[in-house]
Amino acid sequence: MLADIRRFFADRSVLEVETPLLGHSIGTDPQLMFFTTEYCLPPRRQTLFLQTSPEFAMKRLVAAGSGSIYQIGKAFRNGESGRFHNPEFTMLEWYRVGFDLSRLMDEIAELIEGLFSERSLQPSQRRSYQDVFVSFTGLDPLVFSYRDYCTVAVESDVPEAVDICGHDHALWLDFLFSHKVQPHLGENALCMVYGYPACQSSLARISAHNDRVTERVELFINGVELGNGYYELTDAEEQSRRFDRELALRQQQELPVCVKDQHLIDALAAGLPDCAGMAIGLDRLLMLLSGSAAIDDVLSFPISRA
Amino acid sequence: MAIYSTNEFKAGLKVMLDNDPCAIIENEFVKPGKGQAFNRVKIRNLKTGRVMERTFKSGESLEGADVVDVEMQYLYNDGQFRHFMVPDTFEQYQCDEKIVGDSGKWLKDQDSCTVTLWNDAPLAISPPNFVELIITETDPGVRGDTSGGGGKPATLETGAVVRVPLFVQIGEMIKVDTRTGEYVSRVKE
Repeated sequence: MLADIRRFFADRSVLEVETPLLGHSIGTDPQLMFFTTEYCLPPRRQTLFLQTSPEFAMKRLVAAGSGSIYQIGKAFRNGESGRFHNPEFTMLEWYRVGFDLSRLMDEIAELIEGLFSERSLQPSQRRSYQDVFVSFTGLDPLVFSYRDYCTVAVESDVPEAVDICGHDHALWLDFLFSHKVQPHLGENALCMVYGYPACQSSLARISAHNDRVTERVELFINGVELGNGYYELTDAEEQSRRFDRELALRQQQELPVCVKDQHLIDALAAGLPDCAGMAIGLDRLLMLLSGSAAIDDVLSFPISRA
Repeated sequence: MAIYSTNEFKAGLKVMLDNDPCAIIENEFVKPGKGQAFNRVKIRNLKTGRVMERTFKSGESLEGADVVDVEMQYLYNDGQFRHFMVPDTFEQYQCDEKIVGDSGKWLKDQDSCTVTLWNDAPLAISPPNFVELIITETDPGVRGDTSGGGGKPATLETGAVVRVPLFVQIGEMIKVDTRTGEYVSRVKE
């Protein structure tokens, strides 16, 4: 699989890079828990972070003029362990300068269909978030109606959602999407879901045509989430504002503090060319390629035995 | 009682949910790459036996339930309650028919069974997987018919009714699988 991926990018003249796993800062996403470690250089001690993804470092390379790049490397997310999660996992991440989301999706489909060529995958599908959400829940994900969301939760056998989600629209979307929508996506096919609601934008650009959705895409095969991509946000000020908002949220939820990555903001300010980026969890991809039921089956030593 | 977080939920753990004791059957970690983590838990209500699915936000916790399984000897039925005894300590428990439920028809005096205690009060009774009981009533057998093909109902000494092969007679002891309620074999004394 790794050799096939490397050949795929070599054929397209995308440069393989390596970026540090240890960094001075880390993504501020309140949903991602990180690992920290102590860097000792007596008499100084400093806390460093193990990267939850190579995103920031790779964007700095793109901003510095690297052109299109890819990386296969480890990423670390604390507290994530389960049938589809291991706190240390392998990620494929790539950036395509001059690509928009639609061209990125063409390339993703080529890559995945090539890797699955011997497993006769159905043709890839592209569906908007709104389309899949409406078809499996009957609710409009872009308009929050507390009453309608509660009714659907009670009728579809997940009444606990009402207590868990309250009036938090983003949380409702996470809940309903992961319970009621995702399991049905990509039956023996790659399903690319694009146009995520603006409240789930993360590091994606807001769509130029509709400010309620973002230029973000997620991949699913047989209900398993495989990866996430963006038409990248290049506006340093907007990025800085989003960081501040997430930092405030972290503080509010009493999560471990972290600092925003000033290097990234500086890089954006210096000018990140228009580009699209994608990250795919390779352990899960290998699971699907080998027909395994759990991520532990494709890891040499899962965390419990690492 | 101890508090358990969703990370500690595993098959067999007994917890309190909606004021009822429950056993965890399965716990799946559900987390979108960018989004809230949940635990989708399959859980059995030990009072009603019903299995349900419930989602928790990861990191939430539940109180543990003081539930234990104890091997006991079934003593007798006084018409209102069934009485059980722990063989080692001679401690006795009584239990009404509602709790005994379907298990009652497999209970013979002096036989042992598993009593599930919640806060030291019986919650459920499980008979052994196989019991040996005497037939008290059945139609006359057909000599020579040693194979399957049909069968007939037979009433056992505890009142349970099972289907048995045609050759089995009144007064014979048979082995029954209590999980399926099916005849297994004759038992030679």
